[in-house]
Amino acid sequence: MSSNSSHYVAPVKADELVVDQLRLSEKKSNLWLDAWRDLRRRPMFWVSIVLCLFIIVIAVAPNLFTSVAPSGGACQLSKSNGGPEPGHPLGFTLLGCDIWSRVVHGTSVSMSVGVLATVISTVIGLIMGALAGFYGGFLDSLLSRVGDIFFTIPYIVAAVVVMSVLAEQKNEFVLALAIGGFSWASTARIARAEVLRVKQSDYVTASIAIGLSRFRTLITHVIPNSMAPVIVVTTLGLGTAIVAESTLSFLGVGLGGVSWGADISQAQTSIRTAPLSLFWPSLALTISVLAFITLGELLRDAVDPKSRAQR
Amino acid sequence: MTSENENLTSRARPRSSHKESAVSQPLLQIRDLRVAFSVGKKDREVLHGVDLDVFPGETVAIVGESGSGKSTTAAAVIDLLPGTGKVTSGSILLDGVDLTAANRRQMESIRGRDIGYVPQDPMSNLNPVWSIGFQVEEAVRANGLASTRKQTRERAIEVLKQAGLSDAERRMHQFPHQFSGGMRQRALIGIGLAADPKLLIADEPTSALDVTVQRVILDHLASLTREKGTSVLFITHDLGLAAERADRIVVMNQGEIVESGPSRIILESPQHPYTQRLVAAAPSIASQRIQSVVERRGLEHADEVLDAEPVVEVRDLVKDYKIRSGGFRSEPFRAVDQVSFAIPRGKTLALVGESGSGKSTVAKMVLQLEKPTSGSVLVDGADTSGMSRKEVFDLRSRMQPVFQDPYGSLDPLRSIGALIAEPLRVHGVGDEKSRRERVFELLEQVSLPREVAWRYPNELSGGQRQRIAIARALALKPSIVVLDEAVSALDVLVQDQILRLLADLQSELDLTYLFITHDLAVVRVAADMVCVMEQGRVVEQGTVDEIFTTPAQDYTKRLLAAIPGADIPLGGAR
Repeated sequence: MSSNSSHYVAPVKADELVVDQLRLSEKKSNLWLDAWRDLRRRPMFWVSIVLCLFIIVIAVAPNLFTSVAPSGGACQLSKSNGGPEPGHPLGFTLLGCDIWSRVVHGTSVSMSVGVLATVISTVIGLIMGALAGFYGGFLDSLLSRVGDIFFTIPYIVAAVVVMSVLAEQKNEFVLALAIGGFSWASTARIARAEVLRVKQSDYVTASIAIGLSRFRTLITHVIPNSMAPVIVVTTLGLGTAIVAESTLSFLGVGLGGVSWGADISQAQTSIRTAPLSLFWPSLALTISVLAFITLGELLRDAVDPKSRAQR
Repeated sequence: MTSENENLTSRARPRSSHKESAVSQPLLQIRDLRVAFSVGKKDREVLHGVDLDVFPGETVAIVGESGSGKSTTAAAVIDLLPGTGKVTSGSILLDGVDLTAANRRQMESIRGRDIGYVPQDPMSNLNPVWSIGFQVEEAVRANGLASTRKQTRERAIEVLKQAGLSDAERRMHQFPHQFSGGMRQRALIGIGLAADPKLLIADEPTSALDVTVQRVILDHLASLTREKGTSVLFITHDLGLAAERADRIVVMNQGEIVESGPSRIILESPQHPYTQRLVAAAPSIASQRIQSVVERRGLEHADEVLDAEPVVEVRDLVKDYKIRSGGFRSEPFRAVDQVSFAIPRGKTLALVGESGSGKSTVAKMVLQLEKPTSGSVLVDGADTSGMSRKEVFDLRSRMQPVFQDPYGSLDPLRSIGALIAEPLRVHGVGDEKSRRERVFELLEQVSLPREVAWRYPNELSGGQRQRIAIARALALKPSIVVLDEAVSALDVLVQDQILRLLADLQSELDLTYLFITHDLAVVRVAADMVCVMEQGRVVEQGTVDEIFTTPAQDYTKRLLAAIPGADIPLGGAR
C-alpha cells in the first residue's frame, strides 16, 4: 500500500461475515447483577456489611452479648466511674452502671430509631418525588414547594420541638417520625430528578402505547429504574438518622432510656476524671455510622457504571 | 520543545496540488498500528495492525460500522484515545515525525497547528457557558496565531467567516444554544482549521445534521481544504458519503482494514466479501439500483397502490403547542398543520422530513399518545377522537410502535422474556404457559434463540434490541405497526437485515406500516408510498416511484439531491 492508487484487499476471515452475531456471555447482566459482581470483589464491602449485620444482631438480641442489666438495680453507685473488672470489661459509668452493657443495649435504641426514621423518610420522599416528577404540572409545583419548606427546616430543631410537645407519649415510633418526617426533602428531590430522567425514556412511552395506565407505568417501570440513587441516599441517611437519635438524646429530648447519646451527654460532666465512659459510647456511635456510610458509598460507586469503569 | 519538533512546526508547508502529491511522500503514514484498552489487568486489543497513508492534499475516508475501529484510529493519530486506551505497537509518522514517540508538550503543539480536528457531535463539543467568540479566540491563542487581543479577535472573525458564518462579528457574542446544529458544526470546522493545519481529521462531522445541511457543510469543507491543500482524514459510516467526498476509501471491520483503494474502484468493483455486502446494503446506493429497475418496468402510480381500503387514515390533523415567551405569556406554535394521508392494508407509508418537520408528532397522535388540536385519525374506519378509554385500550392491541433508540426502548431491569410478554399480560391474553410459548414463537420470528428470553437488554447489540422491540410490538398480533425512526440508529448491514425482517413480517402477517424517517434513501428500499413533510405541512405525497422520479416540489428535489452518493455510478455488486 505504498502507492497512492493501489488497491488492497485483506484475506477473508470466516467470522467477520456474520452480521450482528449474538454474543452472550456466561453470566446474565443488568444493573443490579453488575453492581453485585463489583461489590463482591471489594474487601471494604465485606468489612462494612459484616459490621452492619453484627450491629443489627446486637440490636435485635442484646442479651446474647451481655447478661448484666444496663440500668436499674444492676447499677451500683459505689462503682461510680470505676475501672474494668471481671464481668465488666469496660468499667462503670458515673451512676455505676456497666458500660459494656449500656453500649450493647444502646444499640437497639439507636438502630430501631435509625432504621425506622430512614424508612419513614425514604417512603415519604420517594412518594412525593415520584408523583411530582412523573405527573409534573401543578402537582409538581405543589409537592416541590412543600418539599422546599421542609428543606428549610433543620430537622434536628423540628424534632426537638416535636419531642418537647409530645413529651407525654414518646416512644421509638414517635421519635423516628420526628426525625424521618423532617428529613425526607432531599430524598424527594433526588427521586424527582431521577423520575424526570427515566420518564423521558422510550420504554415509558412504549409501555403506555401497550395500554398500561400511567400509574401502572410509574409503579412497574419508572420507580424501579429510579431506585438506584434513592437506595444509596437511604444507606447514607441511616448513618445520619443514628446520629440524629444520639443528638436528641444528648440534648435530653430523646427517649430517656438507655442510649449512646444520653450516655455521652452524662459522661461529659466527668470527662477529666473518667474519659473512658465518654469514649466507649462515642466509639460505638462512630463505628456504626461509619459502617453504614461506607456501605452507602460503595453502593453508590457500584450502581454507577461510569465510576466503576474508572477504578 | 526539542529541536526536532521546532523543525516540524517551522517547516514550510507543502502546498502541492493533488497531481504532484501522487509521487511525493505521504503526509501521514501509519504502519502496523495496534491499540489496546486495558480492562482490569488484561489488555483487549481493538486495532490489529492498521496500515494507512494520507498524501498531501488528499482526502481519505475510513468507512466502517460501529466498533470497526475507525474512530479509534483517528483518536490514536491525535493521541486522544479515550479512557485506558494506548498504542501498543506500530508507528504514526506525520511528515516523518513519529507521533507515538512524542511527549505531551509536543503533542499539544502538534494538535491544532499540524492536525486539526472536527468532532462528531456539534451539540456537546462546544462549551455552553462560553460565547462562540471566546471559544474560537481560545483556539487562535492556543495555537499562537495572534499575540494581541485585537489581532486574536480579528483572526477569530476571519476563521468564522471562512467557515461560512458571514455575519461573524455579530455572532461572536452569541452562545452555542443560539446556534443551529449546522452553525455549530461550522464553528467547530472553523476551530479545526484555525491554524491552517496540514491534516484535518473529521470524525463523522455531519452525522448529527439533516441531509440538506450536511450537503452544504461538506461542500464548504471540501472547497476550504482544496483551496489550502489540506489533507483530510474523513471518518464515516456512510459508504455513499465517503465515495462522494474522498479520493480513497479505507474499509475497516473489527479493528482491521479489509479493503482500501480509490473510491471509484471500491464502489464499482469491491473485492472483499465484506465490502461487497457493505456496498450492496448501503441504502443510498441501493435506492439508485431500484431506480434503474423502475426505469425498465415503468412507474407505479398512486391509484394502483390505493385500491385497497385504508387501514389508517389521517384527516386534516393539526397540533398546536404553547411555547413560553417570558412571564406568563405563551405563544402557540403549530407543530403539525393540516396533515392528511391514508395507508392501505398491507402497505408501508413513509413519513419523511428533517428535524422539526412534525413527523414524530404525527406518529404520536396516530398512536394516541398525544391529542390532536383538530382533525382526526381513523383506524379501520373508526374515528379515534371520540373513543372511550376502553376503546383506546382495545385499539392499542391493534396498533403497536417501535421506537428509534435501541438503547432506550426496553426497560433495562426486565428480562427479555418479561418484556415481550408484557403486552400479553396487560391485555390479559392467555395464561402463564401460553404466554411463554408465544414469547418463544416471537423470538423465532425475529430470528433470536430461546435462551435470550432469560437475558437482559444490555447484553444485546443495538440491532438485536431492535428485534426484541419488534417482537414485543408483534406480541398482540397487531395489524398496524408504527416505526418511528426504527432503523435510523443502526449500522448499515444491521439496518439492511432489520429492513428485510420487517418486509418478511409484513408479507407474512399482512402488516400495515407507518414508517417515520429522516432518511430518504431508506424510504426507497422500504416504503410503497411517501409523504414529505416540511415545517409541519405535507409538501408532497405519492408513490415512492413518483416522488423519486418526478418530484414536483423544490424541497423534495433538494432532499433527493442531498442523499449522499446519489450521483455516483453504480457498483458491480449484484
